[in-house]
Amino acid sequence: MTETSTSQTAFAPPTAFTPPTRFAVPGRIAVSSGTATVWQTATLTEIRRETPHAATFRLAVPAWAGHLPGQHLMLRLTAQDGYTAQRHYSIASAPDDSGHIELTLDHVAGGEVSGWFHTVAEPGDEVEVRGPLSGFFAWPGDRPALLIGAGSGVVPLMSMVRHHRARGLAVPLRLLVSARGPEELIYAREYGTETTPVFTRSAPAGVPVGRLTAAHLAPLLAERPTGGWEAYVCGSNGFAEHASRLLVEAGQPVDRIRIERFG
Amino acid sequence: MNVTRGFTGRPRVDNPGLPPGQYDAGDDWPVLSAEVTPDLAPADWTFRIDGLVERPRTWDWEQAHALPASAYEGDIHCVTSWSKFGVRFGGVSLDAFLDEVRPQAAATHVVAYSHTGYTTNLPLADLTGGRAWIAFAYDGAPLAPEHGGPARLLVPHLYFWKSAKWIAGLRLLDHDEPGFWEQNGYHARGNPWEEQRYSGD
Repeated sequence: MTETSTSQTAFAPPTAFTPPTRFAVPGRIAVSSGTATVWQTATLTEIRRETPHAATFRLAVPAWAGHLPGQHLMLRLTAQDGYTAQRHYSIASAPDDSGHIELTLDHVAGGEVSGWFHTVAEPGDEVEVRGPLSGFFAWPGDRPALLIGAGSGVVPLMSMVRHHRARGLAVPLRLLVSARGPEELIYAREYGTETTPVFTRSAPAGVPVGRLTAAHLAPLLAERPTGGWEAYVCGSNGFAEHASRLLVEAGQPVDRIRIERFG
Repeated sequence: MNVTRGFTGRPRVDNPGLPPGQYDAGDDWPVLSAEVTPDLAPADWTFRIDGLVERPRTWDWEQAHALPASAYEGDIHCVTSWSKFGVRFGGVSLDAFLDEVRPQAAATHVVAYSHTGYTTNLPLADLTGGRAWIAFAYDGAPLAPEHGGPARLLVPHLYFWKSAKWIAGLRLLDHDEPGFWEQNGYHARGNPWEEQRYSGD
């Protein structure tokens, strides 16, 4: 079912058995088993605060194999006694040849990994990463992209926006990003005309307050780009269910909606 | 061992039920499906087993419920690192379905597929011997749509992406064929006790 191959494709065996229903989310790229298996040392080089609850952590990973926007990695911390904690995190930075990647992490209440990043970590610290992982949410920059995220769900989508910008891609890209208020909007200074913020609790003067609705989607779906939108939805399960339902009701084909849920 | 400066982690719990690299998610039950949750009514649900079997057959909701009820009480483990303890699923043992279709001797592997078209591959041996179910209920209530309701595959001794939501059928094969996540870099078997997360683990 893998329909797009890239240079990082290590294997892509076609599935001989095809289920009666074509899968709603055909794979985008195959993932190299080599890069997914090996733990690499990543050195923290910079910390940037984004909002009161989220910060960006820049990591030097000299042997990073490269990623596509939308992919994630697994990150591991190890305590003195050998105890380890590992989590999946989306990659925020666009693919480049800097030997660095960036993660943007919420400070999760009681979170042992995000808690370490937000209260202990400083430049020079070393952690371990493996990846990039999972090709289904990747966007190679080929199809018109309709991106819908909430909270830190915007992180993998921002990698796509940055990639689109860095490469000067002509393919249409739009971002709808939901946040509680302007102070909670991650990457607020970076957005351009491609982005529409949605504020659920408080908003600047003249901007309505309320959750994502069909009215937000209608003008974007009405653009009808050549080849149609590939929709990428990322956020909590509650948000993902809400946004994906709105998309289906607005006529977006189910097999053109990719969903990444927190957890 | 690469010790992370200043990292202590959660209080250590001596929990022999926790596979390596996993943590106890407590009351949380994250939802991680990659597709839109389908609107699938029990009356529209069917489950088919075919491929290398003597008598392929399809069950509807009533027919599946006519088979002997069987429950699973225990733990589940997700590849994203959370485990959930003491869950209670109700359904029918997959053995009851397989007994009716009679797998051929040549059958070694299975592709399980969903009403959304999601696929995942498993060794047939992981689906027999009272270790796999078609689950209709969770904690005494109908299984919620976002968790795979009205019916999902349940193979709790493997990572949970193998327990296909909105289960539509099993195709028995004489070889292994990677399913959706398995084509996206995940392990062919997914045994949490051997930490088989990704291809090559």
